[in-house]
Amino acid sequence: MDRRLLIKSAAAVFAVATTLALTACGDKTPPPAAKKADAPKAPEVQVIKIGSASPLTGTEAHIGIDIRNGVQLAIEDANKANVQIGGKPVKFELVAEDDEANPTKATTVAQKLVDAKVAGVVGHFNSGASIPASKIYADAGIPQISPSSTNPDYTLKGYKTTFRVVAHDGQQGPTLGRFALDKLKAKNIAVIDDATAYGQGLADNFEATVKAGGAKVVAREHTTNKDTDFKAILTKIKGKNPDLIMFGGIDPQAAPMKKQMAELGIKAQFIGGDGMQTPNFIKLAGDAAEGAYASIPGLPKETMPGGKEFLAKYKAKFNAEVELFAPMGYDAVMVFIEAMKRAGSADPTKFLAEISKTNYTGVIGPIAFDDKGDLTNGPITIYVVKGGKWEALETVTPNAGANNAPKGDAKAEAPKDAAKK
Amino acid sequence: MSTLKAFDSARWVKIALLCVVLVALPFVIDATLGRAWVRIIDVALLFVMLALGLNIVVGYAGLLDLGYIAFFAVGAYCYALLASPQFGIHGSFLVLLPLGAMVAAVFGIILGAPTLKLRGDYLAIVTLGFGEIIRIFLNNLNRPFNLTNGPQGITLIDPLQAGGISLSKTYTYDGFAIAPVHLYYFVFLACALLTIFISLRLENSRIGRAWVAIREDELAASAMGINTRNVKLLAFAMGATFGGVAGGLFASFQGFISPESFTLLDSVMVLCMVVLGGMGNVRGVVLGAILLTALPEALRYIGPLQQQWLGRVFIDPSDLRMLLFGLALVLMMLFRPAGLWPSKTRQRELIGIDATEKAGG
Amino acid sequence: MDIFLQQILNGLLLGSIYALVALGYTMVYGILGLINFAHGDIVMIGALVALSVVTALGTSMPVMLVLLIATATAVAVCVALGLIIERTAYRPLRRAPRLAPLITAIGVSILIQYSAALVWGKQYMSLPEIVKPGKIEFGGAQITTTQAFIFVLACAIMAALLWFVKTSRMGRAMRATEQNPDVAGLMGVDTTRVIAFTFALGASIGAIAGVMVVLYYGQGHYFMGFMVGLKAFTAAVLGGIGNIPGAMLGGLLLGLIESLAAGYMGDITGGVFGSNYRDVYAFIVLVLVLMLRPSGLMGVSSGDRA
Repeated sequence: MDRRLLIKSAAAVFAVATTLALTACGDKTPPPAAKKADAPKAPEVQVIKIGSASPLTGTEAHIGIDIRNGVQLAIEDANKANVQIGGKPVKFELVAEDDEANPTKATTVAQKLVDAKVAGVVGHFNSGASIPASKIYADAGIPQISPSSTNPDYTLKGYKTTFRVVAHDGQQGPTLGRFALDKLKAKNIAVIDDATAYGQGLADNFEATVKAGGAKVVAREHTTNKDTDFKAILTKIKGKNPDLIMFGGIDPQAAPMKKQMAELGIKAQFIGGDGMQTPNFIKLAGDAAEGAYASIPGLPKETMPGGKEFLAKYKAKFNAEVELFAPMGYDAVMVFIEAMKRAGSADPTKFLAEISKTNYTGVIGPIAFDDKGDLTNGPITIYVVKGGKWEALETVTPNAGANNAPKGDAKAEAPKDAAKK
Repeated sequence: MSTLKAFDSARWVKIALLCVVLVALPFVIDATLGRAWVRIIDVALLFVMLALGLNIVVGYAGLLDLGYIAFFAVGAYCYALLASPQFGIHGSFLVLLPLGAMVAAVFGIILGAPTLKLRGDYLAIVTLGFGEIIRIFLNNLNRPFNLTNGPQGITLIDPLQAGGISLSKTYTYDGFAIAPVHLYYFVFLACALLTIFISLRLENSRIGRAWVAIREDELAASAMGINTRNVKLLAFAMGATFGGVAGGLFASFQGFISPESFTLLDSVMVLCMVVLGGMGNVRGVVLGAILLTALPEALRYIGPLQQQWLGRVFIDPSDLRMLLFGLALVLMMLFRPAGLWPSKTRQRELIGIDATEKAGG
Repeated sequence: MDIFLQQILNGLLLGSIYALVALGYTMVYGILGLINFAHGDIVMIGALVALSVVTALGTSMPVMLVLLIATATAVAVCVALGLIIERTAYRPLRRAPRLAPLITAIGVSILIQYSAALVWGKQYMSLPEIVKPGKIEFGGAQITTTQAFIFVLACAIMAALLWFVKTSRMGRAMRATEQNPDVAGLMGVDTTRVIAFTFALGASIGAIAGVMVVLYYGQGHYFMGFMVGLKAFTAAVLGGIGNIPGAMLGGLLLGLIESLAAGYMGDITGGVFGSNYRDVYAFIVLVLVLMLRPSGLMGVSSGDRA
């Protein structure tokens, strides 16, 4: 009985699908794309869609939502400011998609945004999603600005549409390394990464720099971005007696790690990248957070008028602290809008060229792109936790020359030190 | 005689109609629902291959495998390493796809061998472990020497190309554009149809019957002269082969792969497709694969609908999507515990179980 | 030597949490032959409920009282949840094909995760530091008083459970149902009630485990159940799934393997297979154990489980 019913219903579905297909074929003559494009022109105000693609579900949802919130805030601000493009008033609209931090879904989502005719896309979060998606945006000629993908390969594919507003691993790692050597006078260093593209890239570049600077890397350990127990590796590291521990990863791991260091009586200093320079790190680690160092690209937000205002606005709007990449998401939208203003058009073919000429001071500091679409060496600020707050310690502007070398070094040196150990 | 002929011609008409629909499908979808849906169909076809591969192991031979995505990964990395700037090798897919399938089959046998004695849920956890082991190795084989490029993944993987035709380019004939997603659709469709054909032929072959015999009662099967060890290993190898081919196609389609595409959740998803569709029944499994790929995507429209119908967004659309997806899994199983389209043997079993009042264990 | 002792302690502490969670898997499996994939998420709910209660009460009451209320609330919520899941998602499928409940379990797991996301959001939440733990030191190794408390409590719960299953009337009914539900039913055991009770018991132990995870690591997140569940499931199989002492042994052993592998294998293999392969070692031990003893360390060869 059931089976027959199923066959019948399947047949019915098939019939409907066929009819649908045939009717769709029939009125195909004027391409529907053109129809869609006509619609928004009718009203006085032109609607410009900005896409946001990041994980909104899954393990990394909290970071993805943070990015989307940043984008949303930027769009609302722009709408409040009554931006005019080419002398006409415009209204910006957010199209937020969930890529689940999954590369396959990322490409689907990218195609969806392209289909929705967005003018530009802010995304994706992880390099594993940004890289495959970049091809789809490039084919469609839609500019993409990633607020958070740090894999150097992301911008090395030769696409004109690919940008990022975050320092890549080859920029931040060496700066951290030099700080560890020069300011913290570290001699014996332990390095831990979270086995993700971000954490490992940062840690590799840090390791290469400190080694080149004469420090000894006494341990190189790994964890995952889902773990909360680091006692085994920390105990091992304790046995090697380092004076500094560097962690490449983000706050949900960095915070318990710092806590467990205290529990195990490890007195070494602790340093990390922008992934842990967050209010959440202090919240999660509590008193143990005290004395931790972390770097973040850009000038100190607290001292910049735009930055301070941004933090306040974010808090008021979403009733939460900025997690990580919301400021980058915010600035990415502003970069789009600035480029549109200069080009006098929201057509990607017209304003794309203007993005490369960006010279904008956003929440994260000065933004300008090199020919690959990476941030040109902007300043990187190093913070320390003091009295339960991140306090800016110093701002470093890395020299341009040493910028690209470390990545190669890291790759080449990895086998050698493994053999040495 | 005449009725037979009539039946025959009706059948041919049906097949012809199906062909027309399948050929027209990507273009119609592109024009109506948007290109993203063509991409979703492409992915669905890949999952049809994967699900049918797993169906051999779980559905035919009754071996619960929770690490199946590992073979997909092996196939994908096989293609990616030999057709990308990673080692500067750019092999042809005509060589690499069969190679990927073979390597995956070897892995299938390697992973299958130690588990031959295990049954049921013990097998499940061991296969789950193997799946994780493969992923962890892929994630870490960038040191001491760089084989897989670790978590950074492999980029700039060659698309399928032969004789100057590349599937990553858009071809225009008379203003009628055929984009890469369309081209890949036809390649994936051909591969999926081949997989379906092989699966159907296997089902009623000597080997297929041996698998079912093992699934029903391993002891009795071996008493009937079936070499249970070889037949089980063959199931693992055959299943892995499908996964390997699908992996190679996936790598070329995406142009980038990294270990995060091959997690435990992906294995679980493929298993859901097989069980939900109807274990052991090719039609059911195909239905399950398409449904579970399309359903989460279709549920993406829920967010805007909320806005339209209720005036405001009550629940974060992405959360609502996952909630509905979870609910759908539960409800579908509650109402059709043997799968949406169960195989005939399975249906008989189900009735049998009811009659003897045997508990679920 | 003090480093080695510390690693052993790390392993035992981690293992005691795995063991508690593993009990939930093993009890349900023993009775129903079902992998309750949603158990890790019950642990998560227990953790987040306790976290919320502690945050709400803060230091308004003595610390012990706050923890007691938090644990009681977590247990109550989780037991209710466990019973609802059993009634709606598993009971109707008791006679269905073996893999059908596996899919509903996955569905339920997704439902719980995203319901939790709606209630608590998707941010990592921190436990307020209501108690300043002291340090206990012996032989050069250090643990905090909180951790010692967790370990002792975990052992106490396991001992109590063993005693309960061995001696009480309900425990006997549970064992009878496990061996043969039909015969147990004929002997006057209300198997439906026993199964529901088992779920409730597993959920309450899961809730306590959740509270411990929060106390130990000081943070919670709607996705945290997945990892804990996966590890505990491995531990349950390692010990012999369906066997209660086996789950405890498996949990402690898994904790030790992880700890020692991450601590020493890197140096032993010259840095090639370091802490990045920690989970690989755990699974290799599992495979080896199962090859030698196909029913786990303490599992009874049950003939046909497939």
